[in-house]
Order: sequence, then C-alpha cells, then structure tokens
Amino acid sequence: MAEHATHVPGLAHHFVSMEQQKEAGTLGMWIFLLTELMFFGGLFLAYTIYRTTYPEGFLYGSHLLNVPLGGTNTVVLIVSSLTMAMAVYYSQLGEKKKLIFFLLVTLALCFVFLIIKYFEYMSKIHDHLFPAFGTYHPSTTGPHGIPLELQQPVRVFLWIYFLMTGLHALHMIVGAGILITLIYMAQKGRFTKQYNSPVEISGLYWHFVDIVWIFLFPLLYLTGFHVSGAGH
Amino acid sequence: MATEVMQSAEPRTNYLNAGHTVKSWLLTLDHKRIGLLYLFSISAFFFIGGIYATLIRLELVTPQGDLMTAETYNKVFTMHGVIMIFFFLIPSIPAVLGNFLLPLMLGAKDVAFPRLNLLSWYVFIVGGGMFMLTMINGGIDTGWTFYPPYSSIYSNTQVTLAGVSIFITGFSSILTGLNFMVTIHTMRAPGMTWFRLPLFVWAHYATSLIQILGTPVVAITVLALGFERTLQIGIFDPKLGGDPVLFQHMFWFYSHPAVYIMIIPSMGVVSELIANMTRKRVFGYHFVAFSSLAIAVFGFLVWGHHMFTSSQSMYAGLVFSLITYAVAIPSAIKTFNWTATIYKGSVSFDTPMIYALAFLGLFTIGGMTGLFLAAMGLDVHLHDTYFVVAHFHYVMVGGAIIGYLGGLHFWWPKITGKMYPEIWGRISAAIVFLGFNLTFFPQFVVGYLGMPRRYHSYVPEFQVLHILSSAGASILALGFLMPVFYFAWSIKYGKPAGANPWGAVGLEWQTPSPPPTENFTYQPVITTEAYEFEHVEEIKNAGKAEALQTA
Ligand SMILES: [Cu+2]
Repeated sequence: MAEHATHVPGLAHHFVSMEQQKEAGTLGMWIFLLTELMFFGGLFLAYTIYRTTYPEGFLYGSHLLNVPLGGTNTVVLIVSSLTMAMAVYYSQLGEKKKLIFFLLVTLALCFVFLIIKYFEYMSKIHDHLFPAFGTYHPSTTGPHGIPLELQQPVRVFLWIYFLMTGLHALHMIVGAGILITLIYMAQKGRFTKQYNSPVEISGLYWHFVDIVWIFLFPLLYLTGFHVSGAGH
Repeated sequence: MATEVMQSAEPRTNYLNAGHTVKSWLLTLDHKRIGLLYLFSISAFFFIGGIYATLIRLELVTPQGDLMTAETYNKVFTMHGVIMIFFFLIPSIPAVLGNFLLPLMLGAKDVAFPRLNLLSWYVFIVGGGMFMLTMINGGIDTGWTFYPPYSSIYSNTQVTLAGVSIFITGFSSILTGLNFMVTIHTMRAPGMTWFRLPLFVWAHYATSLIQILGTPVVAITVLALGFERTLQIGIFDPKLGGDPVLFQHMFWFYSHPAVYIMIIPSMGVVSELIANMTRKRVFGYHFVAFSSLAIAVFGFLVWGHHMFTSSQSMYAGLVFSLITYAVAIPSAIKTFNWTATIYKGSVSFDTPMIYALAFLGLFTIGGMTGLFLAAMGLDVHLHDTYFVVAHFHYVMVGGAIIGYLGGLHFWWPKITGKMYPEIWGRISAAIVFLGFNLTFFPQFVVGYLGMPRRYHSYVPEFQVLHILSSAGASILALGFLMPVFYFAWSIKYGKPAGANPWGAVGLEWQTPSPPPTENFTYQPVITTEAYEFEHVEEIKNAGKAEALQTA
C-alpha cells in the first residue's frame, strides 16, 4: 500500500487518476450538502407547521428581531461568498498569494458575522426572550412587550429562531475551521494548478452555509414586515 | 456444486495476514478489514438484543406479569427494539457485506473515501458505547419510537442519552451511504457500465439514497427531542405550544424508509444468491435493478400509514394508504423475477440457497401482511397489536436477517478463504426457518384476536399461542447460535476455499480468497453483463481460470 504512495502529489493510492479523485471529492461534497439540506429541512418543516398554527405569534416574534443587524449579516455573508469564489478562482490559477489573501478576507467576514450574531443573542437574553431553562419572562409593555395571550406562540417562534440560527452559526464555526486549515495548507504550498480540489470543495460548503442564511433571514426577520400595523 | 480447490504453494499475502497487530486493525483503511470490524461489533449488539428478546419471550410464557414489573418490561422491549434496529439491522448488510464486497464487485481498490469509512466505524462505536452506557444506567422505556410527550416530559429514564447515541450513530449510517454512493459513481472499473453492475450494487445504491435523504431528518428529530428534555422548550410538548404529532411525522419520514435500509440490501444479496445458485441470469435484470430504486423513492411517501389513528386527516390517510399499496408493486416485481430465475435453473440446495428460498417465502408473507395494515379500515382494528409485531418481524427477521445470513454463508469462503461445514450450515438454516415461523406465526393470530403489543400480561386464552411463540424463540436462538460456532471452527479447520468455490460470476470471485489488500493484482476490465454464466464456462474450458487464480 505505502509503496504505491503518491507518484503524483496529492493523489491517493486507491484512485487511478487526478480526475477520478476530484470527481469523487466533488460528488461527495454535493451529497453531503444534500444531507445538510435534509437536516435543516426538518426545521424548515417545523417552521412551516408552527407559522401556520401561530401566524400572530410569528408576526410578533419577527418584530422582536433586529433587522439592521440581520441585514448587515446578510450582506457580510454575500460578500464572503464572493471572496470565497475569488479564492477558488486564484487557487485554479495557482496564485498562492492571492489565494491566501481571499481566504483570509473570507475568514474575517466569518468572524464579523459571528460577532454580530453574538450581540443579537445577548440582547435577546437580556430582554428575557431566551425560550429555554425557564428564563423566558417577556414583559407585556414597552418596545419588546408581548401581550399575555401571545407569549406562548412567540416562545415557539423564538426556539425556532434560536435553533435554526444556532445550527447555522455552528456551521459557520466549522467553516472557520475549514478556512484556517486551507490557509495553513496554502501557506505550505500544497495547492497547485493541478491540485486544488480541497479549495473548490470547501467553497461549495461555504456557499451552502450562505444560502441557508439567505433563506433564514427573510423567513425569520422579515415575516410580516409588509403587514402594516402588526406588532408595535 | 463445482468446487475447484486450487491453492498456490507459496503463502500469499492477503488482507488478513497483511498485518497482525491490534493497531493494524484499528487504524486500517482497508474496506475489507473495516467490514470485519463491523461484523464483530454488530454481532455483539445482535446477541445483546437477543438477550432482551429472550426476556420478553420468558415473561410472555404466562398470562400474569410475574417475571418482571410492567416498568421493567417497558424497558426490555424498548432496549430490544432500539438495539436490533439502530445497532444491528441498519448497519448489518451494508456495513459488513457491502463494505467488504462493493469495491471488489466494482473492480476498485477501495471505497472512494477510506478514511471516512474508518471514521464511520468509530462513530458507530461511540454511538453504540453511549447506548451501552444508557443500558447500564437503567435503559429507556419509551418504545423504540420515542413518541412525545411521553419521551419528552413524562419518562424519567435515560432518554436524552439514548437520543444522543442514536443521533451519533445516525452519522455513521450517513457516512456509509455517502461513501457507497460516491464509490458506485466514480470507482467502477473500465467497462463496468451501470447495467453491468451486479444487482447487489444496485440495491446498495438505493439503500444509500435512503440513508442520505432520511437519516438527517431523524437526526434533527432526536436532537430536537433532546433539546426539549434538557432546555425545557416546547418543541413537541403541547403544554408549551408544541405539536406531538409533528414528531411522529418527522420520525416516520425516516423510520419508514429505514425499513427499506434494512430490507433492500437483503434483496440485493438474494439476487446474487439466486443467480449463482441456479446458474442463471437474473430474469428481468433491469426491472429488478429499478425496483430497488422505486422502493427507495416510494418509501419516502408512505410515512403517514403509521398515523391512521393519530389525528391525521382521513384524506391524507387515504393517499398514504394508496401509495403504501404502490410499494407492493416493485416488491412483487422482484419476487416474481426471482421465482422466474429459479424456473428451469440448475438449482443447488447449498446453505445460501436454502436461505434465499426461505427469504422468498417469509418476505412474501411479511410483505403481504403489510398490505393488510396499509388498508385504513383494517388497520384501525390491527393497529398496535401483535399482528403488527408479527408483520415487521417477518420482514426484518424473515427478510433482512435471513438474507444477511445467506450472504454471510455465500461470501464466507471469500472473506476467510475457508469453507464452512456445509452440513451444519444446512441444519442451522432449517432450524432458523422452523424456529422463526413457530415464533412469529402465532403472533399473527394472537394479534388478530386482539392482543395489543407492549403489554407484559394478557388474558389467559392467549397463553397457548404465546407458549408456541416462546418455544419457537428458543429454537430460533439455537439456529442463530450455531453459525457462531461453525464459522469460528471453519477459520482454523475449514477446507481451503479457493478463489471461486461456487463457480460463481462476479468480479469478487476472480481474485484469490482471501483477497489481497489491493483487491486485484491486475486491472479488471469488464466485457460482459452480470450473470453471464456461459462466459464463466468458457473461461474455465479455456483453462483461464487457473491463470486468474495465480495471477
Ligand atoms: Cu411504515
């Protein structure tokens, strides 16, 4: 086994050619993303069911979220998708410096997203809107007030919000780990014009995580945005 | 049966003697060794699950709940169900035989992602270990279906720990499915077109599809259940605004297709057994291949048949009932095509064929009684009775496990290079068949008469049927134990098998037994469709078989 090892740098012994290895890696990532889609799909189903059951609760809940911060994060992620695409582009050209630059920018945007998310979460916890551990005590008056009869439905909205964005943030953190690994590998000069599929495959993952957010933002933040007079 | 025993004089390196240290096994990337790691692990789980089954059958010998309390009994049948389904049946054929055979059948050196393959075993062991921890800490009593609100707020057993262990084990299944699908797409040898693939491979493709699409949904479901228990949020708890029926939808969206994760690979095995044991091309190859996919696809659209009695709309029930009927079509296509294959074949009655024939009969009964349950009116009467228990054991044991055992006997010579004692194989197959029917047939009757499942006591008039069932279970247990001994015996004392003891077709038989680490010492090129028995005879006549074995 070992003596066959890498005539071509980066080619694993059980593959016949670089093309076969790349095809396997890419298909593997697409299938993985399919499993991710089904994973989030369960929560999107729960969202659909409960939004139908508690339309008013979802309107109120949606108004509790900070649209400017959520919107900023949406822009941050869209830009990070662009920088990731640039990284993939330069990895295919074999331009190490530009590759590392764009990976670093993507990583920085990832952290910006997570920091903004952190402050959003903290303000919810501060307003006693965290739906778990018995810490959910929203007031009935004020800008974040919820009428008593809607407190239960809004709580359903809030656990969906925390669970979906929380799982998304977890995927961002994993993505940060992948980016750091890629930067390390790029620094070591592991990527060439011939061998760059790890960058491309990680790019697929990154775009997927972005797309999930593109769906989460309108569904959670903008629900009932068009309904005048809803909420406060 | 033609048995050419050809042994090359000098000791050959193969995947078994390529390394003898524990490390060489625990860090192996060889799909064949990983298959064996799975074989040992799931066999252990099978016997633990069997102990729980024994306890159930012992309790039910008498009408009174005298051996254990109702609470203990709840735990016992739950542990039996969870262990058998998540830790034995779902990994069984794919993780053991699939892992071992898929690259061989495709003419590849390994699966597409060997590291991921090993990781999937470790993930399985971590999940299984956590479930053992659950067991030591008192087990769980929710039934294997984990229905809330019982599982979410009322049960005070180790539900969260069990949920986490199933969440983790699910990823092992996802990784195997992903690996197989990519392997089938990208690792086929030159000339191995889609319609030259053995039907075993088609079956695993369909299975992988279910593992990939279904398992993530049950993962998020048990994760939500875990969050509900630990964080006190109302995901499924109606008191906090949740909907317990949503759990049932999400759970069965996976768990009905999961039945096909268990049975489709077994169908793939049976296709191989019947073709090779009757020395005939499988009748209607394309239909058998596509019916696996059809079962996988239809399987995702029938989950509501578990909820005819749980507040689901009658019209939804009607549609689910109809689609459930539709699953019978591809299943029947397979059964009829296998029967047509046997017709006028030169049938051998070696152990694998006995299992294949047993599968045909038992799966037909299991499948047909499924249609009884798919009929809405009848299901209201039969729902949650022993009729259901008997039905799914006919599919899961009579189908999945019988197929697994048949496959294990058929490929044992390939895996170990040794023949198992044929006479003992036949005896144990007969014992399994008799014991199985004696165990589960009376349960159809007792269920039809109204005995509900999951009760530790019952009315005295059911006792005769329960005694029959318990007696059958002890015979079945003997039948399951025997292979452990003669398989172990054969490793040391069995006759050397040679490359192709059955005179079978398929690439896995065109390399020595046990195969070398890299599977083939030559690059296989495929020029014929699967099951070309004329071609095999030609090769033999030309004396090429010998050349292949020493190559
Ligand atoms: Cu079902």
